[in-house]
Amino acid sequence: MSATYAVLGQFGDAVRFIFEGETTREGADVGGSQFLDLTWEHLKLTFAAMGIACAIAVPVGLWLGHIRRGNFAAISLSNVGRAVPSLALIAFFVAYLGTGFTNVTLALVLLAIPPILTNTYVAVSQVERDTVDAARGMGMTAAQIVRRVELPLALPLIFGGIKTSTVNVIATATIAPLAGINTLGDPIINVSGYGDTGRLAAAMVVAALAVFTELALGAVQRAVTPAGLKLESDTASRRMRFRPGREATT
Amino acid sequence: MILELAQVQIQDRSAGDAGCVADNGFCPSWIADNFGRYTDPLLQHVYLTVVSLAIGFAISFGLALVAHRQRWLVAPITQITGILYTLPSLAVFFLLLPITGRGNETAIIALVSYSLLIIFRNIMTGLDNVPAESKDAGLGMGLTDRQLLWRVEIPLALPEILAGLRIAATTTVGLATLAFFAGAGGLGEQIFADINFKSNVVTAGGLAVLLAAALDALILLVQRAITPWTRARVA
Amino acid sequence: MPSGEICVLVGPSGCGKTTAMRMVNRMIDITEGDILLDGRSVKEFRPPELRRQIGYAIQQIGLFPHLTVAGNIATVPRLLGWSKNRIRARVDELLELVSLDPADTRDRFPAQLSGGQRQRVGVARALAVDPPLMLMDEPFGAIDPINRERLQNEFLRLQREIRKTIVFVTHDIDEAIKMGDRIAVMQRGGKLAQYASPAELLMQPANRFVEDFVGSDRALKRLALQRVRDVDLWEAPLVRVGDSVAEARARAADSEVPYPLLVDGEGRPQGWLSDRALSGERIDPEFTSRAEPIIELDDVLRDALADMLQEEVQYGPVVDERGRVCGVLSIEILGHALKTDPEQVPHGADAIEVAE
Repeated sequence: MSATYAVLGQFGDAVRFIFEGETTREGADVGGSQFLDLTWEHLKLTFAAMGIACAIAVPVGLWLGHIRRGNFAAISLSNVGRAVPSLALIAFFVAYLGTGFTNVTLALVLLAIPPILTNTYVAVSQVERDTVDAARGMGMTAAQIVRRVELPLALPLIFGGIKTSTVNVIATATIAPLAGINTLGDPIINVSGYGDTGRLAAAMVVAALAVFTELALGAVQRAVTPAGLKLESDTASRRMRFRPGREATT
Repeated sequence: MILELAQVQIQDRSAGDAGCVADNGFCPSWIADNFGRYTDPLLQHVYLTVVSLAIGFAISFGLALVAHRQRWLVAPITQITGILYTLPSLAVFFLLLPITGRGNETAIIALVSYSLLIIFRNIMTGLDNVPAESKDAGLGMGLTDRQLLWRVEIPLALPEILAGLRIAATTTVGLATLAFFAGAGGLGEQIFADINFKSNVVTAGGLAVLLAAALDALILLVQRAITPWTRARVA
Repeated sequence: MPSGEICVLVGPSGCGKTTAMRMVNRMIDITEGDILLDGRSVKEFRPPELRRQIGYAIQQIGLFPHLTVAGNIATVPRLLGWSKNRIRARVDELLELVSLDPADTRDRFPAQLSGGQRQRVGVARALAVDPPLMLMDEPFGAIDPINRERLQNEFLRLQREIRKTIVFVTHDIDEAIKMGDRIAVMQRGGKLAQYASPAELLMQPANRFVEDFVGSDRALKRLALQRVRDVDLWEAPLVRVGDSVAEARARAADSEVPYPLLVDGEGRPQGWLSDRALSGERIDPEFTSRAEPIIELDDVLRDALADMLQEEVQYGPVVDERGRVCGVLSIEILGHALKTDPEQVPHGADAIEVAE
């Protein structure tokens, strides 16, 4: 019983740490509002990486999907991207390019691109050919077809990719302190400044951030799903999700 | 009381091309000479990955069999495993620390919970994609529900199931590099030990990628071997 | 339902014919009334046991994609614990029965078969343990019309050999008349409109619905009640390459058919010889006109007539199971058949009853 209380107690301490903060032996203020700084760094990194990644991956994915080429490359990219451990990626960048905001962002961009690119590609290339043919028959140019037909139909899956990517980046930004950027991973990696409680607190905040992002972007994903698609969504998205070797993440 | 983050020793680089090593460069000769120090972490890494996958698969399979009969369970199970999937593994390591302490168990629990959603979803999709007429014919011929499941539905679902296992395998290898934060060793520990030395990072990281590729290929081979009908083309 | 006969359940979609069939092997539960098999209620058995005694062939065939042809056919025998040798022998036997080459087909996967081949494997699978009763739900429905006719004929030939009791469901009245020894016409809502032999159905429809469903071309449909083997064919004036023109002319003069029919070494029809082909000393095979339509003994007269009209000919060579010419069918013969009464269907011992 007392063990349970001890565990609960540690979590309780961590919650308190998040909101009130402590003063360490060295006199530094940690926790409380300082956590906000860390969180802000964390989010800055995430936004920067996701912004660049989307700017690159979405147009490329749309184009490749529209011309329905590069299937093998798009899928392989996803497979390779999954196999590279995030720690190795960050360490690689640190070793070869050194520390700094730009370098870490670059590493995170590389991490973020595969799910977005693959999902965008799969989503656009799986728009039914008949629909695209009808649009072409009505006299739409390629750009118009992409913008008015393929993109709206592909949006849900694209957002699924963005959602997955964002959560991945948030998770990986936790080890950014290795590259000198003090995100919420700092209490975890450089634990001496914060103590066990601080470390636990940081873990809780990161977890909460991830879950919140997943739910928020999930809501956005549902919001951008055209009403007509929602009705047939179950079978279609399941089909799109799980063809062996050709999966997109939702 | 401050616990040590990990039993990390900045390792003595020893031997090798002195100039290259001193520059933190990429030194093939050094790698060749010191390859021995990567075997243990590699083995630990393999252990963590394989055990986590085995447990994750067993749990997901059990859940899928139950949910296959009781469809109402699919949504709740998907949501719960979904949350476990979303939680960043690193965070999970530390959330578990007060409860399970440092060591392999913590790492394995976190890795298992991450993989549950992927495997569960793929098993369910595989089972759902079994052609309805095959099931009808099977029941009409006199197979019991259980015989239908094990002789028809599961074999036909194997491609999807193994595809999910492949995805889970590659991601688990990646996440296991962080396992040393939970005190479980692995290649991540090796990376962290000398993070500025290019040779070290490339070797340890490269081994992780190779391990992921090897597992992926292995599962793919198994799939090819046990599902010969998927390759049968119209004569 | 008499044993050893094909009983067809026919009606528009939604009339409940498939439901009725699926109640026999309890794929659908019986809420009212009962179905008796040899006097025993189907409710007495546990469903899997019951179904292992009944052959089951459905429209989409439902072969198991992950098993070879042999594996598919062996499904129920394995369930019943047959020995490997017995199974192997039975598989080969059945494949021969449905006109598939065992050595060639046995180890293939369904994905490697054509639609017609899959259908035959489906029938073989249903016959695996030689069940006394078979249920077939639009088994030829997924096949293209040309092959469907051929499969129907083959199936009838098979049935003549094995004499199974078959419940056959279809929505096509023409198929019903061709295949059925007895026909149960069903109306929307699962009502039985008439249960009679094909001849009775055509000549004495029980009510307006049956009349409409059977169609107003009843006279022509009567042609579907007779098969080519049932009528007297004309003898074919056969010639082979190498025969002299004089011989050819002589044979044609002897027969009621004005043109000689060229056949190959095995007696298979190659074409009709026109006057140009007979102008020299030897037969010139270049100037033959097509032998089509090639009519099989098991074709119903109605289909033969349709084929001949399609090809715009008055005569069609008739071949046996091995493709050898055994006679000639002409429009005259068909016209004669229209005027005669169709044959009656004999009754058998009662084996299946549907109790109210």
